[in-house]
Amino acid sequence: MSRNIVIGSTLTLLFLSLAALSFAYTPYDIQSLDIPNKLHAPNAINWLGTDHFGRDILSMIMMGARTSIAVAVLAVGIGICVGVPLGLLAAARHGSLLDELIMRGNDLVFAFPSLVIAILITAIFGPSAINAIIAIGIFNIPVFARLSRGAALPIWERDFILAARVCGKSSFRISFEHVLPNITNLMIVQGTIQFSLGILAEAALSYIGLGAQPPTASWGRMLADAQTLTSIAPHVALVPGFAIILMVLGLNLLGDGLRDWLDPRLRIQRA
Amino acid sequence: MIRYTATRLLSLLLSLIAASVVIFTVIEVIPGDPASFMLGVNARADTLLALRDQMGLNDPLFVRYFNWVTGMLTGDFGTSWTYKTPVAELVSDRIWVSLPLAIYALILSTLIAFPAGIIAASHRGGVSDVSIMGATQLGVAIPNFWFAMILVLIFAINLRWFSAGGFPGWDDPFLAMKSLTLPALALALPQAAILARVMRSSLLDTLNEDYIRTARAKGLTKRQALWRHAVRNALIPVLTIIGLQFSFLLAGGIIIEQVFFLPGLGRLIFQSISARDLIVVESVVMLLVFVVIVVNFAVDLAYAAVDPRLRSRA
Repeated sequence: MSRNIVIGSTLTLLFLSLAALSFAYTPYDIQSLDIPNKLHAPNAINWLGTDHFGRDILSMIMMGARTSIAVAVLAVGIGICVGVPLGLLAAARHGSLLDELIMRGNDLVFAFPSLVIAILITAIFGPSAINAIIAIGIFNIPVFARLSRGAALPIWERDFILAARVCGKSSFRISFEHVLPNITNLMIVQGTIQFSLGILAEAALSYIGLGAQPPTASWGRMLADAQTLTSIAPHVALVPGFAIILMVLGLNLLGDGLRDWLDPRLRIQRA
Repeated sequence: MIRYTATRLLSLLLSLIAASVVIFTVIEVIPGDPASFMLGVNARADTLLALRDQMGLNDPLFVRYFNWVTGMLTGDFGTSWTYKTPVAELVSDRIWVSLPLAIYALILSTLIAFPAGIIAASHRGGVSDVSIMGATQLGVAIPNFWFAMILVLIFAINLRWFSAGGFPGWDDPFLAMKSLTLPALALALPQAAILARVMRSSLLDTLNEDYIRTARAKGLTKRQALWRHAVRNALIPVLTIIGLQFSFLLAGGIIIEQVFFLPGLGRLIFQSISARDLIVVESVVMLLVFVVIVVNFAVDLAYAAVDPRLRSRA
């Protein structure tokens, strides 16, 4: 197994474990304020220090990991659940008006950066983590639709698809029974990459106040709170920043490693 | 090329119409009544009706959409409900911060990425390649707003080389550019990391082409073959990424403007959201989407101009 997969999965598992552990245990309660102990640098009691309300930063990082991962996973889920069927449908009806409509619809969504979608949604419904999920999810749809269509098209030319057609299977059944299993690896790799982009997008939206709202802990929110404190207590900005970087780096390395591992051409070279 | 341009132009117009319909529908149809929001819950019915009339909210949807679009085409984006100023005026004041910021960041990103990508590809597998690729992997993972905070901490607070925020205006271009340097650098770094990776992989593909071998067989040195043939051809896919990046930089600027308290479109949009000044939100979002679509169109044309195969496919 490649070095990328080992490092990537270790980092990813570390944050997934922290998030999972936070449901049962955090070193301190992040809801209780302890002003006399505010802005303490990392020490033996508070391993990652305390913030401007005296809250334990390690506990907040654990709770923030939960928010980031939940938003990113759900946003990737929206992208896959809507985008992949659209891409498969477009590939099954390649060259038809439906294919053209789906692809032009994708182009249209691509013209709206995720931040702009978030702004539109927030302008209507107000800021919340749910809106962040919807905004990032909508942005993910054309990514998966394009990728699955592109990957599905050459599969439709293969002999086993012809055999399935001869058996009388509908395009719908062929897409889900024969095409989808053949593009799953690619979707897993892209899912990992979109997951890391989702973590970055969630942090950015929370930072500007369009994502998770207090008291929900979020890495982006922690950075927003830290902005005016960097000169007196750099750790309040450094710790959440490093958490985001390590999580995203882990996912990117995992995605790169999986892509190399699952690529049949590279697999032949390895053999 | 004319046929290709015409096809792309038609697609551009359709995209703009579709985007305007989406934005109009989202902003004007779904939310509650802006007039009652402005007047509050205790407003009298006749006052509300008069304000709705004044704001054109009593007209049918189609008429409102038509008025909005034709207004924008003539440079009339409507009047801000909170500032009581034409939206066009508000936007034109701010665009001179946001647009130069995006262009500055794009230039920095290209200046960092090109040499990095070329050095990495020409020393494939070597120390410089591994270090540059490691750095780009890190660059992609760094949130630009966090990087902006770190730049402020180092260069504004500790070293005092730059100001920590604000914009002095364009009266003194040197000062203006200086105040945009840290924001542009923060915006540019993650994009430079992506661009360097694309440049490297594109150049590696090109270096494996037969014409490079032919060039070497003709007696060109490795360096000559790289600069005369490989780099030029490797630039084709990089162009597309640069175009896409401009959109990201313009939208990403919205966040960076918050970090540096820059009076750009980003701050305008957030102030408008909190004041429920939806006509400003609507116009700024349409403007951003317009820029994204037009830049993508320009990239397609530039791509076709350098790669004749694309033109024949139209």
